[in-house]
Amino acid sequence: MKNTFCIGGVHPHDNKSYSAHKAIVEAPLPKQAVFLLSQHIGAPAQPVVAVGDKVKVGSLLAKAGGFVSAPVHSSVSGTVAKIDTVLDGQGQPAPAIYVDVEGDEWLPEINRSQTLVHECTLEPKQIIQKIQDAGIVGLGGACFPTHVKLMPPPGKKAEVLIVNGVECEPYLTNDHQLMLEHGEEIIVGIRLVMKALNVTRAIIGIEANKPDAIRHMRNLAAKVLGIEVRALKVKYPQGGEKQLIDACIGRQVPSGALPIETGAVVDNIATLYAIYEAVQKNKPLISRVMTITGKHVTKPGNYLVRFGTPASQLVEMVGGMPADTGEVIAGGPMMGRSMSNIDTMPANKRMSALLFMPQSECYRPQPSPCIRCAKCVDACPMGLEPYLLSRLAKGEEWEEMEAHRVMDCIDCGSCVFTCPAHRPLLDGIRAGKAKVGAMIRERQAAKQ
Amino acid sequence: MSQLITSAAPHVHSGDSVQKNMLLVILALLPAFVVSMIAFGWSALITTCISIATCVLTEWCITKFMLKQQPSLLDLSAVLTGLLLAFNLPSNLPWWMVVLGSVFAIGIGKMVFGGLGQNVFNPALVGRVFLLISFPAAMTTWPVAKGFATRYLDAETAATPLSYMKNAIADHQQFELDSLLDSFLSCVPEHIMGGSLGEISALALLIGGLFLICMRVISWHIPVAILATIAAFTGILSACGIGSGPLTHLLTGGVMLGAIFMATDYVTSPMTAWGKIIYGIGIGIIVVVIRTWGSYPEGMSFAILIMNGCVPLLNRIAPKRFGEVAKK
Repeated sequence: MKNTFCIGGVHPHDNKSYSAHKAIVEAPLPKQAVFLLSQHIGAPAQPVVAVGDKVKVGSLLAKAGGFVSAPVHSSVSGTVAKIDTVLDGQGQPAPAIYVDVEGDEWLPEINRSQTLVHECTLEPKQIIQKIQDAGIVGLGGACFPTHVKLMPPPGKKAEVLIVNGVECEPYLTNDHQLMLEHGEEIIVGIRLVMKALNVTRAIIGIEANKPDAIRHMRNLAAKVLGIEVRALKVKYPQGGEKQLIDACIGRQVPSGALPIETGAVVDNIATLYAIYEAVQKNKPLISRVMTITGKHVTKPGNYLVRFGTPASQLVEMVGGMPADTGEVIAGGPMMGRSMSNIDTMPANKRMSALLFMPQSECYRPQPSPCIRCAKCVDACPMGLEPYLLSRLAKGEEWEEMEAHRVMDCIDCGSCVFTCPAHRPLLDGIRAGKAKVGAMIRERQAAKQ
Repeated sequence: MSQLITSAAPHVHSGDSVQKNMLLVILALLPAFVVSMIAFGWSALITTCISIATCVLTEWCITKFMLKQQPSLLDLSAVLTGLLLAFNLPSNLPWWMVVLGSVFAIGIGKMVFGGLGQNVFNPALVGRVFLLISFPAAMTTWPVAKGFATRYLDAETAATPLSYMKNAIADHQQFELDSLLDSFLSCVPEHIMGGSLGEISALALLIGGLFLICMRVISWHIPVAILATIAAFTGILSACGIGSGPLTHLLTGGVMLGAIFMATDYVTSPMTAWGKIIYGIGIGIIVVVIRTWGSYPEGMSFAILIMNGCVPLLNRIAPKRFGEVAKK
């Protein structure tokens, strides 16, 4: 049986040992929590509270701004202090709701007990409604609202649920630890989604570098009909939705089409845990497990962080920023964003990790001329020609870029990672994607 | 708090570099060089040193005085060009011809196109073919391998298997090597066939080639396509009574050196798997055609240069795209 995706891929050093197997620790409550209105793909959420309102843990702060959107809930109890902007990780103002924390009072309907709730008598529609109301988005990184994925467009039918336990980004261990500590809840979450999608089959994909998680999930899955655990060969970017579908069921999402075309719906481990909590415990998405790590971090580990906690407080919690830190990355080193501002940047649904990179690893040699070694072509998991796209972007040949399928690029960074000449190939490709994307939208608008 | 660095993802790198790749190719050429020293003694070292030194100096001068840029010799590409050019020359070639060839290789073969990564044709082969056409006699007289007793100048010379092969074709006969194993191993001077400095030991070159494939410096596509095509084509021809058999062809002349080290030059070879395979097949066919019906006994250099010219066209062959299978 094939156990990885077909095309391309790279093998970055995984560096997971710093935080692997560290038990999940709850981060302390902040004095003031700041909730971004846009923590997901789609329309920003719209505030439903006013300054001075009292809120509890789980209270709705902002409702979804449309179908492809997600509501935002308070992760703390206290008073709404202001509705303003906050400087995000890149130093850009982003709309947000500030709540001054007073105590830790939860909404009464949230079940805070640790007992596992197996039974669910809800109809598929009701399950999806609960997921939508809980503000659940894909916690693997893309933050696409989950309820949208669970409602395939007319004419399309889901056949299999693929659970993403790959965690192919170096350094990250949050999903790994979640599987070890909350495997049972995740299995219930899987059953809920299988019911919602009306499918009888689920595959949990886990990379072979997490043998304990594979064993644990296999033991749990053995008790449930239709759930299978697949050990996958370690290769980046296996956690990419399209790559994972290919690795698990050997079907490739056609260029430009949605993953549902293959009959597969992919959800991340953390998302399924959140679904369990939302459906069985009435708990909206207000926190997530984050890996906070780095080669020289004093207390690297996996932390349960409530959204709204400023990143600076998380830095303090792990023993301060290492003296030689050159770059702080929200997310993993392959696709995460480096931050210029960690003072006010609040933890949010998007932030799967905080990674402190030593200065010595942050500088790149000057790019040298392309020697046409074709390593980028071999590395690209989408079968594109990064060297060519990058060159076309320089000449602003957008139509040519479209013909060479620039829109298929998944931004995984394998080309830049592998380039011996240290060329910033993705800069041009990203510019091309923005430009070609706009061109396509214009064409569609003209047609209508 | 110190100023944080912000950069676009990815934030980590494989650690690969142009210099590292060039260095690995140079390392892979060492076994063949050792055999060459055993066969031709000091003359192999002298010719190689002249060639490398001239290539490096030429690149430095052109970059510094004509392009007025900071010369970057650290990428080792000029060293590699010099080494490969020397490997393609008779070890007793007069020094000034080596110098001329090296200047031509770097100047016309590489720098006029804009330097590293821009040239269409393999610079070392441009240098070699320039010398072959300008000094046909000197370029086709190979010294007899006598180890360190081989003199750099006035060495005793002899014909190579390829010229026997050519004569045999003219006489409508078939020539085969006496001992295929000896020519494959090629490490005892008396058994070494004549030939250019670096092409005499197929075994040493194959070891280097396997090393490069294992280290992922080159992919298997080009060497395998070339060797398989030559084997298949000469197999058919010899079965029809024309020319020598496949093994004789594969083990003589520049086939191994060309297939493993010259045709796989990054800059002048195609980017995608199918492009590489077609390129290799093209080289294989042209070599056999030149060896069998052309006026030169050897055709590897010409074959590679001709196919180098086709690379921009071959690069239009797209790689295997993700999702193509399912496309309606």
